[in-house]
Amino acid sequence: MVLKAFFPTCCASADSGLLVGRWVPEQSSAVVLAVVHFPFIPLQVKELLAQVHQAGRVGLAVLGTWCHRRQGAEESLGHFLEGLGTIFSHEPWLQLCREPGSKLWSCKATRRQVPPRRGAPYEDQVMLVFYDQRKVLLSQLHPPAALPDRQAGDAAPSAGGLAAVFDTVARSEVLFRSDRFDDGPVRLSHWQSEGVEASILAELAKRASGPVCVLLACLLSLVSAASACRKANVLVSVLLDVALGLALLSWLRGKDRIGPLAEALVPVADHVAEELQHLLQWLMGAPAGLKMNRALDQVLGRFFLYHLHLWISYIHLMSPFIERILWHVGLSACLGLTVALSILSDIIALLTFHIYCFYVYGARLYCLKICGLSSLWRLFRGKKWNVLRQRVDSCSYDLDQLFIGTLLFTILVFLLPTTALYYLVFTLLRLLVVAVQGLMHLLVDLINSLPLYSLGLRLCRPYRLAAGVKFRVLEHEAGRPLRLLMQINPLPYGRVVHTYRLPSYGCHPTHSWGSLCRKLFFGELIYPWRQRGDKQD
Amino acid sequence: MEDERSFSDICGGRLALQRRYYSPSCREFCLSCPRLSLRSLTAVTCAVWLAAYGLFTLCENSMILSAAIFITLLGLLGYLHFVKIDQETLLIIDSLGIQMTSSYASGKESTTFIEMGKVKDVVINEAIYMKVIYYLCILLEDPVEPHGISQVVPVFQVSTEQLSKVFSPKKICYLSPFSAFLLLLRFSRNVNSCQDYLRTPDSYF
Repeated sequence: MVLKAFFPTCCASADSGLLVGRWVPEQSSAVVLAVVHFPFIPLQVKELLAQVHQAGRVGLAVLGTWCHRRQGAEESLGHFLEGLGTIFSHEPWLQLCREPGSKLWSCKATRRQVPPRRGAPYEDQVMLVFYDQRKVLLSQLHPPAALPDRQAGDAAPSAGGLAAVFDTVARSEVLFRSDRFDDGPVRLSHWQSEGVEASILAELAKRASGPVCVLLACLLSLVSAASACRKANVLVSVLLDVALGLALLSWLRGKDRIGPLAEALVPVADHVAEELQHLLQWLMGAPAGLKMNRALDQVLGRFFLYHLHLWISYIHLMSPFIERILWHVGLSACLGLTVALSILSDIIALLTFHIYCFYVYGARLYCLKICGLSSLWRLFRGKKWNVLRQRVDSCSYDLDQLFIGTLLFTILVFLLPTTALYYLVFTLLRLLVVAVQGLMHLLVDLINSLPLYSLGLRLCRPYRLAAGVKFRVLEHEAGRPLRLLMQINPLPYGRVVHTYRLPSYGCHPTHSWGSLCRKLFFGELIYPWRQRGDKQD
Repeated sequence: MEDERSFSDICGGRLALQRRYYSPSCREFCLSCPRLSLRSLTAVTCAVWLAAYGLFTLCENSMILSAAIFITLLGLLGYLHFVKIDQETLLIIDSLGIQMTSSYASGKESTTFIEMGKVKDVVINEAIYMKVIYYLCILLEDPVEPHGISQVVPVFQVSTEQLSKVFSPKKICYLSPFSAFLLLLRFSRNVNSCQDYLRTPDSYF
């Protein structure tokens, strides 16, 4: 296998020194994390590596030497670096060298203890892969297909190819604490050593932000045990909700819209009731040219008209209090737009209560009729429903049973169109109201479950959410090792929403389209907002 | 080292295949698709605007005309950004993986990188679409089942129809990844010359 050396871009301009990192033998790749500069004491270097190993449970080692020749050929440095290989023994020993002011690199990886195979060289072929250390440290890899039973435990660093690189960098945070500008025992070069702030205020802010972030993290961890991203999503959603609610409140109060709204509400309800009356009159006549059974028609029509009359009186009774109620509802918008929308949905449900009642009456009548019809149809054919066995059995009826059964069957069949028409009309009205309410619930759901923080992160800091990596081949010369640049491939927006979507506790329809149609056909009542775990009727 | 060959696809557009050799362990294949033709663009725009003008004469509402202009512009932008692929690139790096990049006409680039550890095999698949066309596929390993396949990823997705002129093997063959790369290098030669690199086909499907 070709030996892959992952080299941080920040160390490309560093002075000569030792390469420190992790060697992954399965992938034949060396992940370089930092460069240790001269002078150093080998014992202290080994102590630092042991410290990092204890803190992050990642086994680091000295991988090789880095030589950045400045002006003037330093032959002695070359020999000195060769000698270091004897102090820190590592298989294979990397030797990276860069010419000053040019893009030419040379790499050598030597193995001492491998017995030479026939014709195989001592040295491995080396491929240099540059990576941006800060971005790799901060990013989070999202595997393409997460298995449901795989747990994200604190296991040993994963050996899955590139995930190992990300893992190594993430676990070596202790290594990045000390810098070549600090007065520690060992002087390191890594991503922290590039770009020291020129402004003292920015530097102070950076120092202060550390404890503040730790404090925030502690506070958030007290709230819930979910991951940081999820907590941030919830927080941002709630903030947006409250902001939208306050905007709505200010809009309502700004031009004093509550008064005219309340005044318009009662005439609208009156208008709706009047339209329903016209509808019932139409049904009592000859609707769409169909001939109804006059007696049943009159009975049903009068019953519904009386109900409507009661409802109109109730609305008129409520009218002086409407404005006060609306004012309080508007005040509740400061708790969030979702609260206001939910209350609005409930108000609509209350105002269309008569439609709901009509639907229930029509559905019950229709259901009874259908049950009777199916049972009498079975009698007509000489069969019976066996309740114990839950199946249709044959049964021998007496003659008078058959006679009466057939008579009743005929009556029900001829009365079916009337009932069916009333049922159809009121079911359509009810479905319309349910659709309007459903739209509001959908909007509430959307506001609650959209992961805005993650979307914002994807927009502003795309390297934090990584779907994978992408490579670019850098300038290449024959005879020199291949140089690649590894960049982070950000997660597409669709996957961000899918992965970080907050669970919605709202209403998911418990039945599919097929079962809905079946229930409608047989006249069973539809409860649109019933949750899965609720008691069945 | 670069090498360029041009082919023509089923519809008559010009395809260009560029092969780059960076090092013994890294090769790149770049396929450029035919560009957006001015003729089809003009035809679609004229059709949309004629329809809008017809509606305008019926309804006497000038909003229809401005709406038609917006629709044309947005449709063109959306087509260039999401649909029209200019170039497809396949970068093969030994012991790292395979990278497929599609660059769209608006400049957007979408990249997929598959690690070598996940690649089970590279095969040539047959598909019947008006006639038989062949396309290259990468089989991915299933982490749960060691002998199973989790995904089949076709390479050069948009250009598969066009690529049928490039690949014309006499039979379906199952290749090891390196022999597939060698096959890619030998477009012009007959597949039979690669017989020594082929294994006996196992039953993957």
